[in-house]
Amino acid sequence: MPTLIRIEDGQCVEAESGFIHVADDEAIPTEHRSNLGGVILSLARFLTDGAALLDDGRSVGVRIEPAERVEDLAYDLPRIALIAPAFPKFRDGRAYSTAALLRERYGYRGEIRAVGDVAREQAYEMVRCGFTAFEPIDGSTPEQWARAAHIFRHVYQAAADDRPAAYVERSR
Amino acid sequence: MSLYQYDTIDTQMLEDRAAEFRGQVARRLSGELTEDQFKPLRLMNGLYLQLHAYMLRVAIPYGTLSGAQLHTLADVSRRFDKGYGHFTTRTNIQFHWIKLGDTPDILDEMAKVGLHAIQTSGNCIRNTTTDPYAGATAEELDDPRPWCEAIRQWSTFHPEFTYLPRKFKIAVTASAKDRTAARAHDIGLKLRRNRDGELGFEVMVGGGMGRTPHLGPTIREHLPARHLLSYLAAILRVYNRLGRRDNIYKARIKILVTSLGAEEFGRQVEAEWAAMDKAAVDLPDEELARIRGAFGLIDFETLPATSVAFEARKTADLAFARFARNNTAPHKTPGYVIVNIALKTPGEVPGDCSADQMDAIADLASRYSFDDVRVTHAQNLVLPHVKLDDLGAVFDTLSAIGLAAPNLDLISDIIACPGLDYCALANARAIPIAQHIAERFAEPDRAEQIGELKIKISGCINACGHHHVGHIGILGVDKKGEEFYQISLGGSGAEDASISSILGPALPAPRVTEAVETLVETYLGARKDGERFLDTYRRIGAAPFKEAVYADAD
Repeated sequence: MPTLIRIEDGQCVEAESGFIHVADDEAIPTEHRSNLGGVILSLARFLTDGAALLDDGRSVGVRIEPAERVEDLAYDLPRIALIAPAFPKFRDGRAYSTAALLRERYGYRGEIRAVGDVAREQAYEMVRCGFTAFEPIDGSTPEQWARAAHIFRHVYQAAADDRPAAYVERSR
Repeated sequence: MSLYQYDTIDTQMLEDRAAEFRGQVARRLSGELTEDQFKPLRLMNGLYLQLHAYMLRVAIPYGTLSGAQLHTLADVSRRFDKGYGHFTTRTNIQFHWIKLGDTPDILDEMAKVGLHAIQTSGNCIRNTTTDPYAGATAEELDDPRPWCEAIRQWSTFHPEFTYLPRKFKIAVTASAKDRTAARAHDIGLKLRRNRDGELGFEVMVGGGMGRTPHLGPTIREHLPARHLLSYLAAILRVYNRLGRRDNIYKARIKILVTSLGAEEFGRQVEAEWAAMDKAAVDLPDEELARIRGAFGLIDFETLPATSVAFEARKTADLAFARFARNNTAPHKTPGYVIVNIALKTPGEVPGDCSADQMDAIADLASRYSFDDVRVTHAQNLVLPHVKLDDLGAVFDTLSAIGLAAPNLDLISDIIACPGLDYCALANARAIPIAQHIAERFAEPDRAEQIGELKIKISGCINACGHHHVGHIGILGVDKKGEEFYQISLGGSGAEDASISSILGPALPAPRVTEAVETLVETYLGARKDGERFLDTYRRIGAAPFKEAVYADAD
């Protein structure tokens, strides 16, 4: 399990995952085997098994592959603790749109966790699109992650992270 | 001041980027980063590794330079390159002989005058291009540059659109005469007014060159101008999510638009846009006003429409008269003129400009053109606001630095990519072909007699030389290790946009100029009054040209 970096109260910190990734052919682990009993399922697995787990009071996260439509999950979002848009390759930028839609269109307040080919060169884009947790594979520390995410003192456009865009700064 | 001036925020963005890249270069030079790890980082800063050296591509946002910026480019080429730069069809400039270790210093130097290499490579939104006559021509509905600047800021480090399926190019035009090849862009925007007089954009999506050339269909006839950025965001989001990523040759938005159909693509964009919080994306009126105001109204003098000095010189000096006839365009203000500097002196490399030439042009700009220089997609420069009274002095300086070629839009005003002389992707050389043709047609009387004829040469199928929209397009191909050239006819990147058609089998290099000569003779023999080469071709078709070129083929 890679280190998890999470943004808590605006700070990047090393954090307990609280969730384990469950592959489609794996059984759902019992609650006491994971720290908090949280599981991250594929979208397909969630659609078959998710409701029952949620009814049992389990914490459920959903991994969304780039080609999958977050729209299909819209109705269930209030009950989902975590969404994990996947980056199969760092060049694949679809997960940024997934995260932006979750925050901007659906007002999703839960954790959005970057999984897959995740490195600090993407920290700026990820944080701005609304990701709040990261499973980096490049060994990044929370300090390195925070520095990379704030490489620019200003931003030009509004995004999901609530940083004021340049035109807002200028009007002050 | 007539140009947008970077404020503290704009400047600090460039400083932050330059500082970040300095760290990355240091890590590469120390071996901490491998070339594989470093490659995506350098590409985000416009640094390519080419056949012989690193190439640095510097952005010239919407093709607009101040004198100070042009002086800095001259300095950079003198200190860090071989004393020249190459202006590109994206209105950028490339330095072809750069040392990796120098690049952080170059970026620092450039940041001081608001220049940078941000988003000049990679699968992101590239430099927006516009009409080089913007703010000067009476033809335009409104100045397109404030909208280009708005796009520049919005698209710079856009977090959602930095890892698109493929690169993305936007052009903005505001005149009936299209000098931007708008329909050949991923997005072409044309300023227009609707019946109520409301300012808006015609939105064309899915044009492009490359191996499958397309002219972008219009997906919206009139988008209210204030919603430009949110509508662009909707297009980019649909593309980012649905564009193909499995095949680099099918990843441009043109492929998505074609496969969905323009109507369905437009419907999806409209649906995305309808659901979008537009107010969060579109610039507030005050910011639009700030940007618009920054381009300012120039304090033009009140002058008579004609100039005694200009008329006298024209009568006395035929070379000057020819330059004025071919290389100038009417200005919106009486007594002023738009001056084109063709970087196409026959025998020289299209688009190349030496450090001394850059310095001289920068001085001309500050003295005679309100400190304003434009770069055109045809790889030429423009002094947009010159007094007719001063044209003689400008012409004399240009003559002295070898840049008074009176051949704008004529047969020797050739677009050519760097080709196999520099580029790792090329199949064949483009520059020597351009030089050879230009020298053949160097005689100015003959060139004028032939009239407007746009030759565009690409060294490979990626089509950086825009051969698909050349009246005569020439494409370099590799046949078993030998350079051959495929000729196509009938393209246009202007308001009458069209894609050229292949004439016949590719020709070996030594036969290309001869073939162009034959095409010209065929046209001259068939043309009717006032017809350009393109008009004659469209009227009589390819057959007579094909017969003539291949008649003597063995």
